[in-house]
Amino acid sequence: MHGSHTTGSPYAPHTDDDTAAMLEAVDVDSVDDLFDIPGDVRFDGEFGIDARTEAETRELVEGILEKNEDLTELLGRGHYGYYVPSLVDHLSDRAEFLTSYTQYQPEASQGFLQALFEYQSLLVELTGLEVANCSMYDAATALGEAATLADRVRDTDGHRVLVPDLLLEGRRSTLENYVAGTDLSVETYPTDDATADVDALAGEIDEDVVMVYAENPTVRGAIEENLAAIGKLATDANALFVLGSDPVALSLLQRPADVGADVVVGDASVLGLPTSYGMGLGLFATREQYLRQVPGRLVGASEDATDRRAYTLTLQTREQHIRRERATSNICTNQAWVALRSAMHAAALGPSGLVDLAKRGVTRAEELAARVDDIVGVTAPVHDRRHFREFVAHVDQPARAIADDLENLGYAVHVVGDHEIQLCVTGVSDATVDAFVEDLTEVAR
Amino acid sequence: MTGDRTRYDQARWTDDGQYEPLLSEKDRTRVQIDEDDSPLPDDLTRDSLELPELSEPELARHYTRLSQMTYGIDSGPYPLGSCTMKYNPKFTEDVAALPSGAVHPDRSERSLQGTLELCYRLQDYLGRIGGMDAVTLQPPAGAAGEFTGIRVAAAYHEHNGEDHRNEVIVPESAHGTNFATAALAGYDVISLPSDEGGRVDLEALEAALSENTAALMLTNPNTLGLFERDIVEIAEMVHDVGGLLYYDGANLNALLGRARPGDMGFDVMHYNVHKTFATPHGGGGPGAGPVGVVDDLAPFLPAPRVRKTATEYELFEPEHTIGHVHGFQGNWLVLVKTFAYIARLGDEGLTDASAKAVLNANYLASQIEYDVPYEPFHHEFVASAGDQDAADVAKRMLDYGVHPPTTKWPEIVPEALMTEPTEVESKETLDQLAAAFNAVAGEDDETLETAPERSSARRIDQTSAARNPRLSWQALEEE
Repeated sequence: MHGSHTTGSPYAPHTDDDTAAMLEAVDVDSVDDLFDIPGDVRFDGEFGIDARTEAETRELVEGILEKNEDLTELLGRGHYGYYVPSLVDHLSDRAEFLTSYTQYQPEASQGFLQALFEYQSLLVELTGLEVANCSMYDAATALGEAATLADRVRDTDGHRVLVPDLLLEGRRSTLENYVAGTDLSVETYPTDDATADVDALAGEIDEDVVMVYAENPTVRGAIEENLAAIGKLATDANALFVLGSDPVALSLLQRPADVGADVVVGDASVLGLPTSYGMGLGLFATREQYLRQVPGRLVGASEDATDRRAYTLTLQTREQHIRRERATSNICTNQAWVALRSAMHAAALGPSGLVDLAKRGVTRAEELAARVDDIVGVTAPVHDRRHFREFVAHVDQPARAIADDLENLGYAVHVVGDHEIQLCVTGVSDATVDAFVEDLTEVAR
Repeated sequence: MTGDRTRYDQARWTDDGQYEPLLSEKDRTRVQIDEDDSPLPDDLTRDSLELPELSEPELARHYTRLSQMTYGIDSGPYPLGSCTMKYNPKFTEDVAALPSGAVHPDRSERSLQGTLELCYRLQDYLGRIGGMDAVTLQPPAGAAGEFTGIRVAAAYHEHNGEDHRNEVIVPESAHGTNFATAALAGYDVISLPSDEGGRVDLEALEAALSENTAALMLTNPNTLGLFERDIVEIAEMVHDVGGLLYYDGANLNALLGRARPGDMGFDVMHYNVHKTFATPHGGGGPGAGPVGVVDDLAPFLPAPRVRKTATEYELFEPEHTIGHVHGFQGNWLVLVKTFAYIARLGDEGLTDASAKAVLNANYLASQIEYDVPYEPFHHEFVASAGDQDAADVAKRMLDYGVHPPTTKWPEIVPEALMTEPTEVESKETLDQLAAAFNAVAGEDDETLETAPERSSARRIDQTSAARNPRLSWQALEEE
């Protein structure tokens, strides 16, 4: 190397000699001369942010995050903390994957494109639908995109989007924002004991409905038993049936294609990401007939000049960088790396591992519900349904007080009503469950 | 072999008629789901699941091979204009993976003081850097930030009884996301032509502005790398008709410490943290697109936001919030990396990053033989491939061991090569890039049309991929 490293950005490799040579080449005395900024908007203040060494920065972030309490989370409701195999961290963190960009030059991006093609294929198998894109941001934004898709593809005009009254506030609110620029309005249909009230839904449906949304499992952990009936109601009204789910649930529960789903949305980060403060991976799959209306990126197979199979982004004329205001979506950056991780996690489990994980979601929830039901002052599950991963329990004491007491003992649970808590078993070991039952017994009486 | 080509071949794994086989071509195992050993009755389950069942060593080799057939910023220079592909510091991966940060969003605020403090401090950093009064971290990408900003603008107008404002003005040189975002938010998009110098045409702007204007979306410096010198006048014109000025943060890397959107009169902006603050792009995401606003717009920001009381950090709902734009609070892991990056560089490092980014762009442009019609540019420039096809030039550049620039855009420049080297490239690397440009500039059409020859795959037929879409291994099998 030549000359000393200049101060400033530690990631700018310029030596003083380099900088001098480059300034001479562009014929200016200083870098300032290259900035064409009028004086009245030039910033000559300071941000007041001190530079730190790497070690100091790590210490800073560690010090801040250590203020989080170390709790055992029995939390779910749309964000799940399954164990992620080490394979996923080590292989997805390979720098070529992590530091690449959208695959605009497919010849130099074959590896990532193939991984995304495999992710799409995984979703095709799980949903039974023909087309999956290679990611949206999360379940809520995918739901929003489904509504705008329904608005575009439906044969006749219509204005109503029906969602269950139990829908998570974050999803409902995001959906409202997505349809704010359309004629669509979001309305709820009633649920009965944590799943859809099909009779009430039938009464709500008319020709003005463009989309009916249901979830399996529902936000209260109940398995939706009437999907085919909901699908038929939607189809008969010429509305799209949009189903919310996730790759673990779909490994065991009814295949969306078999119950008439036109679109499947949901959060695929149940595979590949640990709990990460709600960071997600929106899955989006649909029928082939809507292919040219799909939002987001699609990876397709093709051939190269040697006739070998090769992969490329395709049908880009749907996308904002080509179609501008007539694009199917404004999405540009997506969650490609999370999709890669999700596909890796699924591959590590394989079909038998996925099915086993899903079965355990049913059995462990049932077992915990039975055990806490034995506790004086607790009744579980509240809903007379089959459950997946989580369930609601009634507590005689105020739920908030129970949750606070549990937090003092090192557990986090959801409070979902004055006397209702919700418990999820994805991220906890059997030993932890034993200890939890013991501690809940103490605080619930 | 021509020119000063770097000795470079991208990894290529071949197996009878294709490159690395699909997982499904290595194994397909069907697992039946029978009532006998299922915890659920048949009518609530699928019949079977058929996927590859492979061992961990087989998977490790598969994904290692795929990574080797992928070009990242750690592989070499990646001067994609308007994408700001910087080197990503390694330590930020470690701090983002801290177990103390792996938390569920529904935990109590009391138990999440660390997460909330980091959010609060990042909001504060971003506000200072952009000259904005209030910041939300929720949008999960730049385009999601645009959508958030435009929804906030819409809510502001509506609150003021001005919901007749149905137009958003976007310069023709703007990123495609601006048009798509305004349309998604329900606005009529008014496309604004550029003047001869490549900047906003003030007369055209005057003609486009009216009492129906909700906002003007502007990138500054624009996609030609040119600073909109009339920005103060533009802001006045927009504000005079009651419109808002939106700053597309895609090119903020050019301005750090030298100019702030808030000082220029912008009312709302997004930050592309995966560009400006070097968080990895991950093959196309995740990013994060925090949005900053001036005080008047703060009550409309998404909920919840983070604030600090005398004793703790807490969430709150802004008075006239538009609600959520993400199911939870956005792409947390990316935000941790952003915070760490900004804290590492500080004032001095951030300001220097912009200086070196601009120096690098100017130096590289001075060394290449292609024409650069618009200047003085900042962090990126748009060269013209002239008689050559820019897409072919790009393919050929891959043979020289470098990633090519963005091509054929913006359309203002014929056969555009939109180039942004960023601050992380050394003079030596820039010289290598320039050599690649110049070697290709001297090559004939036939050579360009058959490139690349040294990448993992040869030229791929993108037309047939679109004409006959095969989007899954199931679709390939049906053939």
